[in-house]
Amino acid sequence: MEVKEIIRQENMVYQRSSLLTSKPFSYCPGCGHGTSNRLVAEVIEELGIQNDTIGVAPVGCSVLIYDFIDIDFSQAPHGRAPAVATGIKRVLPEKVVFTYQGDGDLAAIGTSETIHACNRGENITIIFVNNGIYGMTGGQMAPTTLPGMKTSTSPYGREVATMGTPLKITEMIAHLDGVNFVSRQAVHTPAAVRKAKKAIRAAFECQINKKGLGFVEIVSNCNSGWKMTPVKANQWMEENMFPFYPLGDIKVDGKLVKTL
Amino acid sequence: MKEFLLMKGNEAIAEAAIRAGADAYFGYPITPQSEIMEYLMTEKATERTGMVVLQAESELAAINMVYGAAGTGKKVLTSSSSPGISLMQEGISYIAGAELPCVIINVVRAGPGLGTIQPSQADYFQSVKGGGHGDYRLIVLAPSSVQEMADFVPLAFDLAFKYRNPALILSDGVIGQMMEKVELFKPIPRTEQFDQSWVITGKTPDRKANVITSLDLEPLPMEKHNHHLQAKYKKMEDEEVRFEEIMCDDADYIMVAYGSSARICSKALQLARAKGVKVGLLRPITLFPFPKVRIAELAQRVKGMLSVELSAGQMVEDIRLAVNGKIPVEHYGRFGGMVHSPSEVLEAFEKIFIKN
Ligand SMILES: Cc1ncc(C[n+]2csc(CCOP(=O)(O)OP(=O)(O)O)c2C)c(N)n1
Ligand code: SF4
Ligand SMILES: [Mg+2]
Repeated sequence: MEVKEIIRQENMVYQRSSLLTSKPFSYCPGCGHGTSNRLVAEVIEELGIQNDTIGVAPVGCSVLIYDFIDIDFSQAPHGRAPAVATGIKRVLPEKVVFTYQGDGDLAAIGTSETIHACNRGENITIIFVNNGIYGMTGGQMAPTTLPGMKTSTSPYGREVATMGTPLKITEMIAHLDGVNFVSRQAVHTPAAVRKAKKAIRAAFECQINKKGLGFVEIVSNCNSGWKMTPVKANQWMEENMFPFYPLGDIKVDGKLVKTL
Repeated sequence: MKEFLLMKGNEAIAEAAIRAGADAYFGYPITPQSEIMEYLMTEKATERTGMVVLQAESELAAINMVYGAAGTGKKVLTSSSSPGISLMQEGISYIAGAELPCVIINVVRAGPGLGTIQPSQADYFQSVKGGGHGDYRLIVLAPSSVQEMADFVPLAFDLAFKYRNPALILSDGVIGQMMEKVELFKPIPRTEQFDQSWVITGKTPDRKANVITSLDLEPLPMEKHNHHLQAKYKKMEDEEVRFEEIMCDDADYIMVAYGSSARICSKALQLARAKGVKVGLLRPITLFPFPKVRIAELAQRVKGMLSVELSAGQMVEDIRLAVNGKIPVEHYGRFGGMVHSPSEVLEAFEKIFIKN
């Protein structure tokens, strides 16, 4: 029996986005990247912009996002996705261009490209998956790693005195005039997923309406890097990451909606 | 009617980029090439042709903007000078790996480090041996006049698109800053008449998604890709070698020099000939592919070769490889920002080959 014989079309409330390829995600089970990739695919499909959208893939666990979402992509050198996206958008201003980046990519090696693309008000969309760690290279400390958090390069915990405090780059770029929409979300529960999707959609709409840069941070887990089970990782994220990286919209329609 | 202008080398490049139908320029200021972006802005390139001109926050950003825009199949260029080109190397390696066409201009200054803004040819190795990580080559053109600064821009674009490979115009502070008469070519419209099958412009239902990438997690396909790249570089070596010969036919000795050093050597050659010494000049126009076959031929019948470079001796290694021990090959050159004079070249030549 096929799915369509079991579920009648009028009763269908959810189905897999046609933009997702048949390739299985390369992410660890329980990782937030899978859900985040899916939401991006769904939003592009629902907005009907798949023929006009070009993605920029980072260096990090999500480097292969171009294998999972069936649209044109450019892979970028580590941290340079906003510059690559700038190049594409400037010569194809009518196309929709987005980057999908991790926290090491966006907030460490690519800080300069991030800030300057935001400051120029590039009419692009940035999806930023912050898991507080370098997932791909095996769980080293990132600028976003929480104080005291253990990683392979801060094995006794991040010591603020010598390693600094976590970088809240999302709050930083929210102050820039070129940035029109900023939101911080999560994808660990169905309710969070719905909100995250709404924010991603708003960030793309911001670009389509030529209002400036739209930026969505997704606070996520890295159960492998954190060395926790998926369930434990989500719990730890709620208890530790969310107080430091509070969820919600930060800037809407060019106006700060949260005191920072 | 022919259009002659008196221009700086850097201005000629900028005007040529507009006329060549470039779609975008991304750059970051650095002496001695800042006139390129200044000219594009002052002469309103965007108004004239619709070309995008954007000052990036760094050379790192500039080359990655080039990488992004080149993936869409547009004609894109950047320019910089030595330290900035060093900073671009990761991006250039990605562009070569992903097989994107683009034009890069290096108006070389002396190093290492911050060095000096004076002219130099010490970026030869970085230009012809790849420069960044991995096995790749750039097509390298070496202009020796303001005229060639202009003419090599459309040539570089043609070669870049023909091979889907970055093309580098390797100039230096002398050619970039000096003023000469140039005859400008007629503007070429901003069109795309090449194979567009690989570009990222949005996946339409009639085709598969295009992905610009240099990544393959598996070593076997990666090796295959590398073989493909090597075959491409071999084809360039077979088909794209360009050089100029001055009085090589009856020469007993050959000077090999490119760019500004070749101009100095052509004067040194006259001085030598006036003294009755039969010297010829071989000027490589493409540094990669290098005119090694011709150099090997000449080595069959001349007594020695002198590589004259504004460096401690880099191209001399490629000449020696081509000559393969048949005759002596020596190097002479001032460097670190100093420029040799024709009489210094002649004196060095005589000391090495005649007086001993
Ligand atoms: C220039 C350069 N430096 C370092 C690396 C190695 N590297 C690959 S991914 C990565 C960190 C990625 O972390 P993040 O952006 O947080 O992505 P995640 O895997 O956590 O999603 C690093 C350092 C590289 N590929 N290139
Ligand atoms: S290493 Fe971490 S970020 Fe990467 S896929 Fe696994 S859980 Fe996700
Ligand atoms: Mg990370």
